[in-house]
Amino acid sequence: MLEPLAAIGRRTLTWLARLGRAALLLVALLREASIGWQRPRLVVEQLHAEGVHSLLIIIVAGLFVGMVLGLQGYNTLVHYGATGSLGWVVAQALLRELGPVVAALLFAGRAGSALTAEVGLMKSGEQLAALEMMAVDPIRRLLAPRFLAGLIALPLLTAIFSLCGVLGGWWVGVGLLGVDDGTFWGQMQAQVALGYDLGNSVLKSLVFALLVSWIALFEGYDCTPTPYGVGRATTRSVVHASLAVLGVDFLLTALMFTEV
Amino acid sequence: MTPFHIEVRDLHFTQAGLPLFRGVDLSVRRGELTAIMGPSGVGKSTLLQLIGGALAPTRGEVLVDGQAPSRLGRRALFALRRRMGMLFQSGALLTDLTVFENVAFPLREHTELPEGVLRSKVLDQLAAVGLEQAAGLYPAQLSGGMARRVALARALVLEPELLLFDEPFTGQDPISLGVLQRLIRAQRERGLTCVVVSHDVAETAAIADTIYLLGEGRVVAQGAPESLLASADPWARQFLSGEADGPVPFHYRGAGHA
Repeated sequence: MLEPLAAIGRRTLTWLARLGRAALLLVALLREASIGWQRPRLVVEQLHAEGVHSLLIIIVAGLFVGMVLGLQGYNTLVHYGATGSLGWVVAQALLRELGPVVAALLFAGRAGSALTAEVGLMKSGEQLAALEMMAVDPIRRLLAPRFLAGLIALPLLTAIFSLCGVLGGWWVGVGLLGVDDGTFWGQMQAQVALGYDLGNSVLKSLVFALLVSWIALFEGYDCTPTPYGVGRATTRSVVHASLAVLGVDFLLTALMFTEV
Repeated sequence: MTPFHIEVRDLHFTQAGLPLFRGVDLSVRRGELTAIMGPSGVGKSTLLQLIGGALAPTRGEVLVDGQAPSRLGRRALFALRRRMGMLFQSGALLTDLTVFENVAFPLREHTELPEGVLRSKVLDQLAAVGLEQAAGLYPAQLSGGMARRVALARALVLEPELLLFDEPFTGQDPISLGVLQRLIRAQRERGLTCVVVSHDVAETAAIADTIYLLGEGRVVAQGAPESLLASADPWARQFLSGEADGPVPFHYRGAGHA
């Protein structure tokens, strides 16, 4: 009769233990971040793997999201005769929400999953254990550079995503639907607050970068070192990172943009 | 300095609730080649992890150079590990680095050698395992035997005093096996302490100075290869002659029978 209760207890304990290991890993990653300036080459290599390889998907997705925003924004604004505000609407939506959130989701799917699989396979191939036996700390040598590269790459990718989105919205609004070019850019310039909107956008993307990189590295580092375990960890990495991004985005939006 | 490089005393170790070791005692003499043998699942690789400080004993102690790895702080443990080299069964080479870079890896991490000196050291080590021509290859392009030889070169490049081998002969063709045997024996001749964990009886007995036979959580037999091969102990006889049934039952018994 007590079995279901015990099962809940066991699951909770397992979950708490995982959370504890994840927290310890984050502390270790932050502690070992000094490798970034001691051996910057390691971070640059990872920036290439995580950032440059994510560029295409970020650019294409940014363009399409911007185009949809342009189309939907126009369809709504036209009812109020306010199509001149299209530039503002597109830029604000991208900077405040869609840029950081969608770029982070894409980053979790593209770079995060690759990180988890890579670290997980290193674990199952005994490479992490071999490093330990060679008196090399795998967290410092392998994980910290990847973590730092994520922190640098995602804010940059978010900026590129938002830029492509604005261009996509401009192409649809100005190029296809006939919104005035000067008004499109003028409204955007007048209404978007550089420090407030752009600053919060960068802050959000930094927080998301930390979440996605941390979760991806933890899932790989903590996985069961079998093909099934690595597969499961990779799936979990994308699911958990995506949910964390969406959940934390709500909190950040509430803190940053609530005007009451 | 004690004549023993490694001393294991009354080692108890429990993994996932199952007692793996129940009082193991063994000593590895400095400069000798000691083999630890026993059937699969008896805990041979776990014993290596305990020696390397990756795991901690539940009870008893493991001493390497008089120090207990599991009780050392990270800095002291890493200092101890720099004096030992370990060969994993899979080779455990870093797959995104070439053979050259794999062997250079410990030097790049632990020393500040100029590139020229580093290069000649790495190529010397690769030549010692007969693979200097493979320097530009990636691990995926190597056979299992070659990967183990590269791993040996990597383990030797920091000039350790102790070498640990985890199942070095498993899955090797006869030629590659002979090469590995010769290379391992050569390290012992150079004065390094070698510990070989294996279940390959003939291959290991041919090169070992002392053999410890593990079974049922403890050492069931020990001695020089020739005395062990002549042993009347039923457990040793079953393992060494490969009989399917005996003290080690053909039918697996679960935890309840432990």
